[in-house]
Amino acid sequence: MGWIGETMDSVKSLQIRQVLTQAVSLGMIVTSALIIWKALMCITGSESPVVVVLSGSMEPGFKRGDILFLHMSKDPIRAGEIVVFNVDGREIPIVHRVIKVHEREDTGEVDVLTKGDNNYGDDRLLYAHGQLWLQRHHIMGRAVGFLPYVGWVTIIMTEKPIIKYILIGALGLLVITSKD
Amino acid sequence: MHSFGYRANALLTFAITILALMCAMASLSDNFNTPTPSAQVQVLNINWFQKQPNGNDEVSMTLNISADLQSLFTWNTKQVFVFLAAEYETPKNSLNQISLWDGIIPSKEHAKFWIHTSNKYRFIDQGSNLRGKEYNLTMHWHVMPKTGKMSADKIVMPGYRLPAEYR
Repeated sequence: MGWIGETMDSVKSLQIRQVLTQAVSLGMIVTSALIIWKALMCITGSESPVVVVLSGSMEPGFKRGDILFLHMSKDPIRAGEIVVFNVDGREIPIVHRVIKVHEREDTGEVDVLTKGDNNYGDDRLLYAHGQLWLQRHHIMGRAVGFLPYVGWVTIIMTEKPIIKYILIGALGLLVITSKD
Repeated sequence: MHSFGYRANALLTFAITILALMCAMASLSDNFNTPTPSAQVQVLNINWFQKQPNGNDEVSMTLNISADLQSLFTWNTKQVFVFLAAEYETPKNSLNQISLWDGIIPSKEHAKFWIHTSNKYRFIDQGSNLRGKEYNLTMHWHVMPKTGKMSADKIVMPGYRLPAEYR
């Protein structure tokens, strides 16, 4: 009981005003992160402006844990570009290079075939059953920039969730207990 | 105010800021490089040329590719991805791009090369339009930096023509 009582006292001794200030500053941090992310979405026109490379299929260009910046412009898709695409029935988007393009004369629709630089064959095996080409709506964006290693943070956090909770807890504690 | 935590935080923030700045400067320094690459491609032989059972034309050819891409390399270049694409128009498609050969150049020493090869990827049309078709061979390259912005360019080599009959 003594320990609980002491804790209660120390909580009570925090002035309400100070607690509110800490809560607001915590909220500011969370919302500003959200604002930056949403702003990036608007600027790049891609639903996920930054992706982490998860496989080695584009080595040695992109390794596992590298970060790619995506851009989704109105420009037509051309061979050689590195695109991020979603295949129906697969949750995780794939980052591969376009090797064939067929663009319709009348509608401007494109048929695209992709391949990973490090893979032996093209991606038809990865596509949905019987799918020969990717269309525009499968493509989430094209890679325009590159930052090595930074993505390891998210890979580690998704594979070892405990680290994520420890990190979030520690940061939260830091913000709440910090006195200007 | 000057606890261990605050100092560690300040140091980390400063270190990351400097690192980000250096990455940005490395990426920007690529703009000072004005590359002058060159490429020649010869179609040595049409190995075979036929219509598939599903009605699409397919052609197999032997190519001789020579290129000098050394000027693309800077200190921020990790690799250059180079590929040769056949590009042509058909009544149905305003653009067809078919990659015939590609390669990864890991360093400047390997950037001047010539290669004698048949097409690595199948040259298949969407339809049956390849007889007597005039097409361009385009050497594309994508420069992958150690960090920062990727860049790409190409050399278009026009005036190639496929044979008028299947063989």
